[in-house]
Amino acid sequence: MNWIKQFFFRLYHEPMGFFGMILVALVILSALFAPFLTTHDHNALDIANRLAGPSAEHWMGTDQLGRDVFSRVVMGSRIAVWVALVTVSMSLGIGLVLGMMAGYGPKWLDAALLLLFDTLRSFPTIMFALALVTVFGPSLQTVVIVIVATTFPVYGRMVRTQTQALGNQEFIVAEEAMGAGMVRILGIHILPNIVGPLFIVASMDIPVVVTIEAGLSFLGVGVRPPTPSWGSILNDGYAYIRNTPWIIIFGGLPLIVTTLGFTFLGESLRDIFDPKLRRDL
Amino acid sequence: MLFYLLKRVGLAVVIVVVAVVLLYSMIHVVPGDPASVILGPRATPEMKQELHELMGLDRPFVVQVVSFLGKVARGDLGMDFFSQRPVAQIVFKQLDETLVLVLASIGWAMLLGIPLGCYSAVFRNTFSDKLVGFFSIGVIAVPSFVVALYSLLLFAVTLKWLPAIGAGESGQYMDQLRHLILPAFAIGLGWVGYIARLVRASMLEVLNENHIRRARAFGLPEHMIVFQYALKLAILPTITLLGTGIGRLISSAVFAEIVFARPGIGKLIFDSVVSRNYPLVMGAVLVSTVLFVLSTTVSDSVNAMLDPRVRERL
Amino acid sequence: MAEPVLDIRNLSVNYLTPRGTVKALRRINLQVPSAKVVGLVGESGCGKSTLISTVIRLMAENARVAAGEIRFTGKDMQQLSPRDLRAIRGRDMSMVFQDPMTALNPVFTVGRQMADIQYRDAVSRKEKLKRASDMLSLVGIPDAVSRLDNYPHHFSGGMRQRITIAMALLVQPKLLIADEPTTALDATLEVQIIRLLKALQADFQCAILFISHHLNVIAELCDFVGVMYAGELVEKGSVRDIFHRPGHPYTRALLECDPSVIAEPTRFLPTIPGEIPSLIDLPEGCIFHDRCPRAAQVCKKTPPPEVSLAEHHTVACHCLEV
Repeated sequence: MNWIKQFFFRLYHEPMGFFGMILVALVILSALFAPFLTTHDHNALDIANRLAGPSAEHWMGTDQLGRDVFSRVVMGSRIAVWVALVTVSMSLGIGLVLGMMAGYGPKWLDAALLLLFDTLRSFPTIMFALALVTVFGPSLQTVVIVIVATTFPVYGRMVRTQTQALGNQEFIVAEEAMGAGMVRILGIHILPNIVGPLFIVASMDIPVVVTIEAGLSFLGVGVRPPTPSWGSILNDGYAYIRNTPWIIIFGGLPLIVTTLGFTFLGESLRDIFDPKLRRDL
Repeated sequence: MLFYLLKRVGLAVVIVVVAVVLLYSMIHVVPGDPASVILGPRATPEMKQELHELMGLDRPFVVQVVSFLGKVARGDLGMDFFSQRPVAQIVFKQLDETLVLVLASIGWAMLLGIPLGCYSAVFRNTFSDKLVGFFSIGVIAVPSFVVALYSLLLFAVTLKWLPAIGAGESGQYMDQLRHLILPAFAIGLGWVGYIARLVRASMLEVLNENHIRRARAFGLPEHMIVFQYALKLAILPTITLLGTGIGRLISSAVFAEIVFARPGIGKLIFDSVVSRNYPLVMGAVLVSTVLFVLSTTVSDSVNAMLDPRVRERL
Repeated sequence: MAEPVLDIRNLSVNYLTPRGTVKALRRINLQVPSAKVVGLVGESGCGKSTLISTVIRLMAENARVAAGEIRFTGKDMQQLSPRDLRAIRGRDMSMVFQDPMTALNPVFTVGRQMADIQYRDAVSRKEKLKRASDMLSLVGIPDAVSRLDNYPHHFSGGMRQRITIAMALLVQPKLLIADEPTTALDATLEVQIIRLLKALQADFQCAILFISHHLNVIAELCDFVGVMYAGELVEKGSVRDIFHRPGHPYTRALLECDPSVIAEPTRFLPTIPGEIPSLIDLPEGCIFHDRCPRAAQVCKKTPPPEVSLAEHHTVACHCLEV
């Protein structure tokens, strides 16, 4: 418990991280309690009241179908948080396994995996996504596949480098000499030493992932309507930008809050736990 | 150096080949007739038949891929069945606009980001340094398409200072420039932060090095020390970043081009996705991937040339 | 003695650290006469490097001059503006650093760097490069003209140190500060560099403040020697005095520990027992008392006075056998 206490203490004295944590808490709470926070059914149509400005009834106004923007924004946080959790943990898992294989396995495997990482990282993410969408059609799965495929190489490379660095250290070499198996070495000695920095990088990846999801949904190739995503709310608002700017304004705000929150938090986490860690750009 | 270049170019070629194979084989993964996947719902049976013969869809898959690779190597990206024009021609026509946008964005981001980074490093731990750091993280975090939408709303729709859509009349440079400002602002803003942070970090590292102390001990003027002796070393990571940066900016350009309804490769891909025109999508994605790989390769090589130690070790 | 080039009076320097104030230098008095070589010896951490970075005013951010003054050619260095300081550095005062491998900027040619330090002189770049190559030949770099276009990594460590010496002398300084210039080099190179410095010093007639922890280097090169221990200058005098009639117990111990003066084969090299005291909580009395073989009761209570043994030869000790 002590380190948790210390963590919050440090964070409290790091204004940026504290600010980030508040924003992140806001997003996560709104995702958790979304059904209790919404003032309307987020999919209920009210054509008579379409494109109405902000009012006491509709805090953020209504969209082109008369749906309550506030309720859609709140429900949108669920999609954002869900996508972030799923994709980042999948990327982490894949990156961890492949990275350790590359770092600890035979040389040819290392070369092959490195080539895979480099190739996947060399795709312009959004365009890759668009190509996939043409073939498979727009869906949440496509979004997840694209994000995982383009983010796991970053983890893979990082894990590989760390595994190699650790693998050459004396205590590992000694373990090997005593006949320890690969699973034992990777699981007991290498894994615990690399998860820390990995989690920090992952926390800094969340805003990137949220941005990709919202971006694809904004382009109309992500989450299918009528599911509310911040990106699709922005897409709805874009068509009416000249007369009803509030949809854009309120659709963009939660994105800014989320990305800023996670970025500030991630930066502070890194400063606190691992000042030397440099994100592989 | 030559060996390094060869190795680097070799890697680039491999990546492009993998990209081609991946893009080509994607249509075979989904169940059903590849021809209808490629051409989408608008295709007539005659077009499908024609495509079957043209692509040799009845031949073994490996043969198809190899023959497609061969065509790509000759610059033939296939035909657009709807307009009956070569894909390569359509894509390259749009490429200029995107390149102008990308270069303008990275250009202004560097012009602002490098001095900001130097300033922050020289006045480290002061209030203004912290302010620059806060600003940098903030602009990196905020998605560029939100910046694009907000700036469209503020500067074009509400204040009407700048035009909202299009790329301006061709030939009218002032008009084109006015159309360029908002999109370039939107996708360059995050890079100001990136560059400032990177320059600051590497500058701090360099300023602590021994040779800088020696330069100070010889009384060299501070501007000479910072902007020549230190910057030439501190700029190296930034140049590497720019390589991947140009590639990523091509991705962000998709959004800027759509938000501001600008012609360009991103808009082209998007329109082709909407109309399910796979040959065009494939061609355009391929060209942007090549561009991406090219910019990384070039930046790595430039980096090697700037640093004489790297240059000769390779 | 004429007015010294460098006159350090009663200098104290502190470092502010989270653990407390480190009193790195205390009441240093040292003069460097013009055209003479003054050596400074002492163990690592005794404040030699702090002293020179204070002299050239390139101190660490947390360093503070607590007392005293540094006069360079009559000017009080503490009072000078950054601009005036810069005017002194690299013209009247220049420096050779410890590690030749990192002392040159890796991405500029040697010629460029040697031309840049003459930026004040209103002569053509060609002339500056000419001076640079002349200087390089003087320090023994063959084929100097063509080597101006080389980058630092083309040169070996010894060659690089010759280059930094060339740079330091190129500006024809009144005072050259050499911060352990041979520590990073192997023994044969060390001898070469010392001989070179000695010969050049005779030619250029500049004063040198030479820092080393190597006694025979000091003996070979210097006219005067200062011995530092834990931030204090415990003894200073002419080379002859220090090496033949050392007054301070620490100086004696230092001389006895020098491997090159040990005549008989022995299994253990002699060492000075004990450790350097903490510079945060300074002991009362003499700084050396807990390691001193001759420590008396008075040494634990009162700081020792400065005793003059001969002209220029002073020792800070209670227990001198006069």
